[in-house]
Amino acid sequence: MATVTVQRPKLAWHEKLFLSTLVKGLKITLGHALRTFRQISGGKPKVTMEYPEQKWDENLPEHYRGAPALVTDEHGRERCVSCQLCEFICPPKAIKITPGEIPSDDPWAKVEKRPKEFEIDMIRCIYCGMCEEVCPEQAIYLRKDYAITGESRAEMVHDKKRLYEIGGVRVGLVNKWNELK
Amino acid sequence: MASLLASFDTVLLITSVVKIIFLTFLVIMPMVAYSVYAERRFSAVIQDRVGPNRVGIPLTLFGLKKDIQILGIGGLVQPLADGLKFFLKEDFTPRTVNAFYFWLAPCLTIVPALMTCAVLPFGSELDLSILGLAQPVKAVIADLNVGPLFVFAIASLGVYGIVIAGWSSNSKYPFLGGVRSSAQMISYELSLGLSIVPVLMIFGELNLSKMSVFQDAHGWLLLPLWGDGLSLERWVLLVPVVVSFCVFVVAMFAETNRLPFDMAECETELVAGYHTEYSSMKFALFFMGEYAAMIIGSGMAVTMFLGGWSIPFAPLLGLDYKPGDTPLWLGLLHIAMFFAKIVFFILFFILIRWSLPRFRFDQLMKLGWLFMFEVALANVVLTAVILIAFNR
Repeated sequence: MATVTVQRPKLAWHEKLFLSTLVKGLKITLGHALRTFRQISGGKPKVTMEYPEQKWDENLPEHYRGAPALVTDEHGRERCVSCQLCEFICPPKAIKITPGEIPSDDPWAKVEKRPKEFEIDMIRCIYCGMCEEVCPEQAIYLRKDYAITGESRAEMVHDKKRLYEIGGVRVGLVNKWNELK
Repeated sequence: MASLLASFDTVLLITSVVKIIFLTFLVIMPMVAYSVYAERRFSAVIQDRVGPNRVGIPLTLFGLKKDIQILGIGGLVQPLADGLKFFLKEDFTPRTVNAFYFWLAPCLTIVPALMTCAVLPFGSELDLSILGLAQPVKAVIADLNVGPLFVFAIASLGVYGIVIAGWSSNSKYPFLGGVRSSAQMISYELSLGLSIVPVLMIFGELNLSKMSVFQDAHGWLLLPLWGDGLSLERWVLLVPVVVSFCVFVVAMFAETNRLPFDMAECETELVAGYHTEYSSMKFALFFMGEYAAMIIGSGMAVTMFLGGWSIPFAPLLGLDYKPGDTPLWLGLLHIAMFFAKIVFFILFFILIRWSLPRFRFDQLMKLGWLFMFEVALANVVLTAVILIAFNR
């Protein structure tokens, strides 16, 4: 390894006494202060967005990892077959699934199982996306909702109904249960 | 008993109490609160942020059209919210502290800071003949003849608050903060005291009120543009005055523990320095003490170098102070002028804080002992030579 000796900058006497450097520093900070102050007092800060009123939502990237949610397919079928892989992989153990059987007279009886209850504790969830990654049925997705708030712990647990509400319908994915194909 | 009561000057007593209450609780305290707000807003705009702009006077709740905003910025009630927050927080005292000194330290920080404002002339005089007072009331709580000495004597007690806080917390970071602070205070107290010696030599006076009166008539020390200030002597004296002003301001930064000299709290190295273990109102007292010291320091600098309450070019504008013959409005204008200058100074303090990086401790000591002290000392000699040369 070649050693590179970094030369300390040679300072003039006025720089050593902090005179010119002080003025230079003050000029920079005061310049920023005046510019930003003019923007703020004009009501339009250029850099900062004022969060609850202004949001950046439409610019969220495709891969944004927000709240995890369950999705249905184009026939309104729950994609989840309650295999519980997501429950097992979930690092903070936020997911709790109660598996249930699909009765034989159901049009989707061939799928055999669907979750009776599916709960994600949003206080525990760390938005890592492992559930999405591990799901063999492409049933759970991280959506773009990020402002998950509630007034009690119970309110922060998303149940199955809420999860489908957030998730909605996802079409055009793997359709292995579709007999028409 | 009756003779004892008669010997009291009731007017003096009442006016003094009113002045104390006015200055400490109606001016300095709100000013402390609002300098914290100013610090937050100013630092925000320096860093291209917005800063606290939400807490407002909710006039819209009372049916008015708009919330109060000055210059289009909100958040003017933020200090009240901050204060309320401090009262509601848990006042936690760690088990291992020395409780007596732990409680004493915050008081020792804020009391000296507030006490020093007694000698600051915050205005010329108020003609209160409408209230039936024959004599105009001087706008200074105690018109001492040893003003600067009193300020330095009391203000240097403030370091005890910090040292005791550091020691009684029984924790290494506060301890280091306290040790650093005491070393720093001792080094800078010297140059602080020496830096004003030239000023005292020029005035020939240690009474802060009389200094202000002199500057009102003969030009500020740093702006000798009217009265006797136009003489050659004053312009030659401007050299030592500027030097001593610079030394005074730098030493004041060190005395009030502000950046670039805030070795006592030094967040990056010492968590929060001497007040690491403090919470709630006890922490707030340290905070208020720091800002109160800033205000008093600015008041000293303004009084000695920038004419105190005097209005620039006062004799030319006819706004100068005539003893015993100042109308009430002019008295009030003088008070407003004084605090306007202090506000300017505090903004300067804040600007410096957010512009300069912190000194290393050894650099700080070196600057104090090997540069500032010598400069201040040489400055005294220089002033003496100039004064002798002009036959004073």
